[in-house]
Amino acid sequence: MSIRGKAYIVGAYEHPLRVAPHHSLAQLHAEVAKGALADAGLSKNDVDAYFSAGDAPGMGVISMADYMGLKLSWMDSTETGGSSYVTHVGHAAAAIATGKCHVALITLAGRPRAEGMQTGTGVRPYFLSAPETGFENVFGITVVGMYAMAARRHMHEYGTTSAQLAAIKVTAAAHAMHNPNAMVRKLLTVEDVLASPLVSDPLHLMDCCVISDGGGALVVVSEAVKKSLRREGVKILGHGEAPKHLMGGRVDLTYTGARFSGPRAFAEARVTPQDIDYASIYDSFTITVLETIEDLGFCPRGQGGPFVAEGNLRAPHGKLPWNTDGGGLCNNHPANRGGMTKVIEAVRQVRGEAHPAVQVKDCQLALAHGTGGSIGTRMGSATVILGKENA
Amino acid sequence: MNEPVATLPAPMPEINPETKPFWEACAQGRLLLKRCEECGELHYYPRAICPFCMSAATTWFESKGQGSIYTFTITRRAGGDYARATPFVLAYVTLDEGPTMLTNIVTNNPEALAIGQRVAVVFHAAGEGAALPRFAPA
Ligand SMILES: [Zn+2]
Repeated sequence: MSIRGKAYIVGAYEHPLRVAPHHSLAQLHAEVAKGALADAGLSKNDVDAYFSAGDAPGMGVISMADYMGLKLSWMDSTETGGSSYVTHVGHAAAAIATGKCHVALITLAGRPRAEGMQTGTGVRPYFLSAPETGFENVFGITVVGMYAMAARRHMHEYGTTSAQLAAIKVTAAAHAMHNPNAMVRKLLTVEDVLASPLVSDPLHLMDCCVISDGGGALVVVSEAVKKSLRREGVKILGHGEAPKHLMGGRVDLTYTGARFSGPRAFAEARVTPQDIDYASIYDSFTITVLETIEDLGFCPRGQGGPFVAEGNLRAPHGKLPWNTDGGGLCNNHPANRGGMTKVIEAVRQVRGEAHPAVQVKDCQLALAHGTGGSIGTRMGSATVILGKENA
Repeated sequence: MNEPVATLPAPMPEINPETKPFWEACAQGRLLLKRCEECGELHYYPRAICPFCMSAATTWFESKGQGSIYTFTITRRAGGDYARATPFVLAYVTLDEGPTMLTNIVTNNPEALAIGQRVAVVFHAAGEGAALPRFAPA
């Protein structure tokens, strides 16, 4: 049993706003839903399955089903942090493959900027009733600090340098120059990144993603529904997911859950890393990208530094054209959750609708990967592989 | 450039029935770990149920409180109580008994820290019945 070829992404929409002081959260979810359904050529009455995660207001799927007036036969609130929407694509395909639904809607939205949230450097509340809270939050952990500790260990074991990490930001900025909605629209050099303030060493300010409001949505449908639409479908070929955590104290911060989710997705899609024409890889921080490309097998373990510094992530001609919208590092990281925009840009690439300057020629196979939570503690990782209708 | 390390806050940790003995021991200057009587493995953070074999036969024992730095960061921006404590050091320390734990390194010279450096536990009182286990260069 496999989801390979059983479902298609036919609608994708990224909210154009990056700061949304005049929207409610529910309104943003509904706006992106409307956008993705319009892109697909479907209406909300066609939707019979709805997926949302922890960013949805109130009772999540239920509150938003009420707001949008949805009639559903399948609901999924899987919460794996920023990777949730990548996970949802796999779950939607599985539900469609078993006949539980035919038109699945996935939404993400948030307004951390409008709410003035201290995203990367805020200290977590000391009381959250999670089993780990007492053993972590009291020490003043920050999001950046936890990723910084992963970066330092990777440097220690493999000789990775800050300049190599900076090359990832430089590539994202070059791609974002072609995206009029991107938050960072300025060519950067490695020196610029290294000259930005250290937030939590070895990570600089420019090693971090942007903070943005807005969101995005996807529509996943069965083959029968896809055939009734004008839009070319993007075929879902494979999916894998896994948690990765501190393993009872056997801590290893040099790899991510992509080491488990990636091989599952490749096996289901029956392709290898060498076959991938374009990759959207989660980029909460530069180190997230570096570890993930190793874990997914795009380069040998420990060789992520040289791989990115050699320009392999550059579109359209690099070995692994990556995050051509500018990614979370330069374009958009709505609700502090980057998984949705990863899938959306992969859909654009397979459809041939990325900006011409960064569109990969004849993009047959694309990968989208999400990392939710923290690579410094525990995370939910998800990988999907997408292809053209005839892939 | 050795910026002085401001005094670290010592907030009261979230304590539940499962972890109360750990925090009480910290308040008495002892670092406890859990051992599984079924599979023999040690783990951290402490649980009633072993994360390796799911046995409920886990028992407390005292760590020597010595280890080495697995990784660390000098946090230069933070919020809440920690905003005025910057720069401070967040670290993972691998105890000689095996498990690796999240903590702070207490030092006036964070720039001199290195992965692999030997450290020993110190306790910072965090109110009634608890103290935070931190580490200082040994
Ligand atoms: Zn056990």
